[in-house]
Amino acid sequence: MSARFRPGERVAVRRADPPGHMRTPWYCRGKTGVVERLCGEFGNPEALAYGLSGDPVRPLYRVRFSQRALWPDYRGRTEDTVEIEIYEHWLEPAQERPNV
Amino acid sequence: MSEPHNHGDHDHDHDHGHAHEHSPRSFQPDLEDQPQSDYQYLEIAIRELLTEKGLITPEGMRRAMEAMDARGTHLGAAMVARAWVDPAYKKRLLADGSAAARELGIEVGPMHLLVVENTPQVHNMIVCTLCSCYPRMVLGIPPLWYKSREYRSRAVREPRAVLAEFGTTLPEGVEVRVHDSTADMRYLVLPMRPAGTDGLSEAALAGLVTRDSMIGVALPEAPRKAAAE
Repeated sequence: MSARFRPGERVAVRRADPPGHMRTPWYCRGKTGVVERLCGEFGNPEALAYGLSGDPVRPLYRVRFSQRALWPDYRGRTEDTVEIEIYEHWLEPAQERPNV
Repeated sequence: MSEPHNHGDHDHDHDHGHAHEHSPRSFQPDLEDQPQSDYQYLEIAIRELLTEKGLITPEGMRRAMEAMDARGTHLGAAMVARAWVDPAYKKRLLADGSAAARELGIEVGPMHLLVVENTPQVHNMIVCTLCSCYPRMVLGIPPLWYKSREYRSRAVREPRAVLAEFGTTLPEGVEVRVHDSTADMRYLVLPMRPAGTDGLSEAALAGLVTRDSMIGVALPEAPRKAAAE
């Protein structure tokens, strides 16, 4: 499997709410960030959680978000960031107008 | 008035308005006094079955727990101190934390360790908002607060307020970068080497590296005067 996104690319987290186990925190859904790095490929935790094989493996990224993109009322410095591990199937290319 | 007594053979009015029995002394409840969850029963059942089938042994379980409990802050501190004295090691540590741990004889199993470096511009801080992912192989068992809902929710929402409550204030202009350990990586902060430590040995430097400085809620200890001389 080849990775769809490259470091530096702007990505948006899908606004999905599937049932079951997942590793995408709610607070970043629908938010736009930048791919910081590709961490590698790992079994899909949404399947592993139920005793399934987790295949096919999924590319896992670290995505960097501006705090102000996550929390519009964030009161720290504008440079502050959060980095989150997100699987490729939760990401899509950022729209032309990012929500930051 | 409230010694426990048998109600089977007599009939009288109690002189207080509630039915429960008072214990003559009160104790702090033991762990076993909390209700057992379904998962605890499940764990006991599976453990007993595996033992009966000879797949695991009580001694093996004990050894595994003892080995896990023997892991602790000293492992991460050794890696940090080595990185402070050896720029080539620091480079390898930042490129592949797990390989760099193994290089010092620290076995980390399948853990993917990612080391994030504090600089004059960036301060890193680790949290797992979803549960309590923690680099146990190099830091041991996490502190209770790390698993608390308060830390997990506030670290990503108002990290500077959380840092202040830990007594950590950063110089003006430093970016706070929070790492939410949501999936397969585990994180260790490489703190900046404190000022005034030029003459210190690697072992003495390791003594300055605290657990909290490797989680990123604090800075390393400043060298004591005697140690620096």
